[in-house]
Amino acid sequence: MQQTVAAAEFLAACALSRVDAVSGFARDGLLSSQEVFTQQLVTGLSNGMIIALIAIGYTMVYGIIELINFAHGDLCMLGAYFALTVVGALGVDQWAGTGGIMGLVLVLVGTAAFCGSLNWSINRLAYRPLRKASKLSLLVSAIGASFILVNLGLFWGGLPMDVFADGTSSAAPKAFPALVSAAPAAQIGDVIYSRTDLLVLCVTLPLMVALTYLVRFTKLGKAMRAVAQNPTGASLMGIDVERVIGASFFIGGSLGGFATVVYSLYNQTVSFQMGYRMGMDAFIAAVLGGIGNLPGAVLGGILIGVIRSMSDGYLEARWTNTVVFGILILILVFRPSGLLGAKLREKV
Amino acid sequence: MIRRTASIVAALTGAAFLLAAAPVLAVQDAPNKKLKIVSSLPQTGSANAQTTSIVNGIKMAIEERSAMVDGFKIEFEAMDDASPQKGNWDGQIESANAKRAIADPTVVGYIGTYNSGAAKISMPLLNKAGLVMVSPGNTAAGLTKPGLGEPNEPAVYRPSGKVSYFRVVPADDIQGAVACEFCRNDLKAKKVFILHDRELYGKGIADVFKKTAEATGVEVVGFEGIDAKASNYRSLVTKIRAAAPDVVFFGGTTQTNAAQVLKDLRAGGAKIPFVSPDGTFEKAFIEAAGKDSVTKEQGGVYITFGGVPSEMLTGIGAKFVKSYQAKYGEIPEAYAVYGYEAGCVLLDAIDRAETKDRAAIIAAVAATKDFNGALGTWSFDENGDTSIRTMSINTIEDGAFKFVRTAGGAAKAK
Repeated sequence: MQQTVAAAEFLAACALSRVDAVSGFARDGLLSSQEVFTQQLVTGLSNGMIIALIAIGYTMVYGIIELINFAHGDLCMLGAYFALTVVGALGVDQWAGTGGIMGLVLVLVGTAAFCGSLNWSINRLAYRPLRKASKLSLLVSAIGASFILVNLGLFWGGLPMDVFADGTSSAAPKAFPALVSAAPAAQIGDVIYSRTDLLVLCVTLPLMVALTYLVRFTKLGKAMRAVAQNPTGASLMGIDVERVIGASFFIGGSLGGFATVVYSLYNQTVSFQMGYRMGMDAFIAAVLGGIGNLPGAVLGGILIGVIRSMSDGYLEARWTNTVVFGILILILVFRPSGLLGAKLREKV
Repeated sequence: MIRRTASIVAALTGAAFLLAAAPVLAVQDAPNKKLKIVSSLPQTGSANAQTTSIVNGIKMAIEERSAMVDGFKIEFEAMDDASPQKGNWDGQIESANAKRAIADPTVVGYIGTYNSGAAKISMPLLNKAGLVMVSPGNTAAGLTKPGLGEPNEPAVYRPSGKVSYFRVVPADDIQGAVACEFCRNDLKAKKVFILHDRELYGKGIADVFKKTAEATGVEVVGFEGIDAKASNYRSLVTKIRAAAPDVVFFGGTTQTNAAQVLKDLRAGGAKIPFVSPDGTFEKAFIEAAGKDSVTKEQGGVYITFGGVPSEMLTGIGAKFVKSYQAKYGEIPEAYAVYGYEAGCVLLDAIDRAETKDRAAIIAAVAATKDFNGALGTWSFDENGDTSIRTMSINTIEDGAFKFVRTAGGAAKAK
């Protein structure tokens, strides 16, 4: 016993000397207050862009059928499990974390397709039969769909796969491999611009541009806008309303799919409970920006991300939720339909 | 008519009387004399691997006696105090579990809880009902020790005025101090940043850590409660980088996002040692953290534990680990032996109790002295705490926990 303890102490000493050898921080000096601010801004923008991408899915569905799709966050959660399964199946070592751009694109597109189809199917099975029912029934149906998705996630995490640690604990948060290394892409002073920050930008910006193009300049986009304005009128003009609704569910879902892959790569964690937070943040973002308004969702998402980051950084972390909701209430008091929201139109 | 009503009332009263008396009769005159022990641990959620091995430990303690104590058959039921919504312990369920155990007259022992926050709920209920509670995992100091927690602790947990709660694991007043000493002496930390999860256990141990740090000249450059459900802590990491501590201490558990804090520290470029208490001493923590963020090159992870890990146990403890491995085919998680010890000490008390009623069994558990068990030879003190004070420091290497050294010990007892 004594020997083992002595041996262990020796090992510990060796180990610790190694710790000392590695300098803890990039530079010995403290971050200047300006560097801290910039770093917080970068963090806030990255988180905000991810929230924005999820919020688009929320706001699109609301804009078209006036449903607060509570299952949207959990849809993204399931997308993360899908992405993790694909990563596992591609044989990327969970720990070593080496993977190419091709694999990344495959995971992104695959997850987007998965989430899009799933969202389309949920609409087909859970929402479409209730189209003529009251909005409240639709809402309850969405909550039900959210519960089903959460439990599917719980089940999925228990699958006997390496990436799920052979399903020893289905509920445990899973480590998402660092396919995009956390190493800094650039460092200016002590401000680190990580590759994951870059990834967030590279994925979200083009998608937002593409979505804007789709909604503004394509036939489908025109149809979507028409259905959002007046579904009856749109159908009288020969627009297949159900097809347009299905398409917006698919598009909103696949944006959520892209977002969830970026989210997983950024946070490196997948858990069956993460959908709640993703959905909640995105919902607040959508409301802040004006629910139903696409640029509003993006603006709201980025604002939420930055506010969270600044509150974490300059106040105490435990006040962050209070600050976020406080600002939300303040804005809604003065602009009840959100920052970019149009005046509520009467629907009869 | 009146006579008929009267006879119905009489019959009903008689029946009610019989029903009321029935449970009492069942205990005293049961031909096959049965006693029941229950456990209440979070088995839905990521603590599942840990708590399953605790349950296995309890079962092994019962099987060792062939489920018979002093002519009484011992039954066991493992209850779950977690909910799928939380993936963690749930106060409502813990309270329901305690009430169910109280209502069953054959139950003479309650083994639980794993989380100190959950104990806070069931302790007063069980104490009022006079049912003994033995915890294999609670470490929050305030549960038993006056002056270390809230001003009304621990009296608030003892409405009957008597001690009916016991724990086989040393409390956080020792663990927090040991963690701080390790940071100061071994990691040569001069500045620490303390985070906690705002729960009874996590904040409790963070408070002790802070107090010890201030008393021993280690500068506390930050003390902050986190949002355990946040998706990441990058902004907090920037704040930590700006404060430039030598060590980050996190008071919390795997279930309150310890692994995410660690990952964000590494992703944010803070390659400094990460120290956390026994709530992260489970495989699920390594699984969630991923192999990259726990390495020495990234700063290292050190975890304190109120005992020694399974493979370092000696004597009866080593024997337990061996038979556990033979039976379940794996090295038990760290707390399995505490489940086993809780089971053994409870059965031993039942054996010693003259009558097998709840009050006599509480007295017998309280009288436990120089108990020769898997953790060594130890006694319960007047607060219901174990006399053991040995702690261990562990690290993670190649994706598995690795023992570093023991700490604490009797000499540091105050």
